[in-house]
Amino acid sequence: MDLVKFAEESINGKRETPEFKAGDTVTVHYKIIEGSKERIQQYQGVVLQRKGSGVTQTFTVRKVSNGVGVERIFPLSSPKIDKIVVDKRGIVRRARIFYLRGISGKKARIEEKRS
Amino acid sequence: MSGIIGKKIGMTSVFGADGKYLPCTVILAGPCLVSQIRTKSNDGYDAVQLAFDDKKDKQSTKAELGHFKKVNSGAKRKIVEFREFPETPELGSEIKVDLFSEGEFVNVIGTSKGKGFQGVVRRHHFGGVGMQTHGQHNRLRAPGSLGASSDPSRVMKGMRMGGHMGHERIKIQNLQVIKVIPEQNLLVIKGAVPGHIGAYVIVEK
Repeated sequence: MDLVKFAEESINGKRETPEFKAGDTVTVHYKIIEGSKERIQQYQGVVLQRKGSGVTQTFTVRKVSNGVGVERIFPLSSPKIDKIVVDKRGIVRRARIFYLRGISGKKARIEEKRS
Repeated sequence: MSGIIGKKIGMTSVFGADGKYLPCTVILAGPCLVSQIRTKSNDGYDAVQLAFDDKKDKQSTKAELGHFKKVNSGAKRKIVEFREFPETPELGSEIKVDLFSEGEFVNVIGTSKGKGFQGVVRRHHFGGVGMQTHGQHNRLRAPGSLGASSDPSRVMKGMRMGGHMGHERIKIQNLQVIKVIPEQNLLVIKGAVPGHIGAYVIVEK
């Protein structure tokens, strides 16, 4: 499998992404192409999970927009991601925090990690 | 048609220029030794014989060792003849992956994965017989009728039935080369390629 990894890296290159995990709040700067113009859209929310490995790794970001829960899945090494900013580091006990979908308000708070 | 022998390493996906995922197969292609050159005067046809993947001497037969002795090499595991190479390479030289260029379309030949004895639903995409309800049972995936009765009182030739599936030579045409990595002899091809991981494949131009 090493040669597969080598091939992946030689095509798309190694990409530096900040370290983050489930429970963290991140802002994803995502490039959107409208006609010939390109602009950057920001999407802020809580990371629910990271999935997969290598080039195919993805992460899910959830936010509540106008009272409606929205989840977006981003490929971690997509060239359309301009940058990822980690806003808050949260303390959660599991790697996949899907329980967040069923709760709202005060219950959906995530304790912040103080460094 | 020129070509090279390779080994399927595995699949992955990469991002294309427009930011879209491209599923692709990584192939360890060559270097292949030119082990014999067949000529019309000698053998009745023109071809170039390529050999790939080293084999231990103690695992090789004396016939194999003798064949490769002419090019000062140990025996190889896979030997394939290619007809109509555009220019005849020198005997004993190596054919490398730089034969291919990025963006080019190639054909890949391999032996598909064996599926064993399969019924008609899986092998020929039959729909099965009738319904699951109204008292019907135990012939959900049956082939149904094989033909008419006393005339012709035989089953027509070529009637599709259950049987062995897979493990046959398959050629996939027009796969695009995404990347050639000469340092590691790697070829990255868009799409899937027949066979299991570690299987020998022939990539032809």
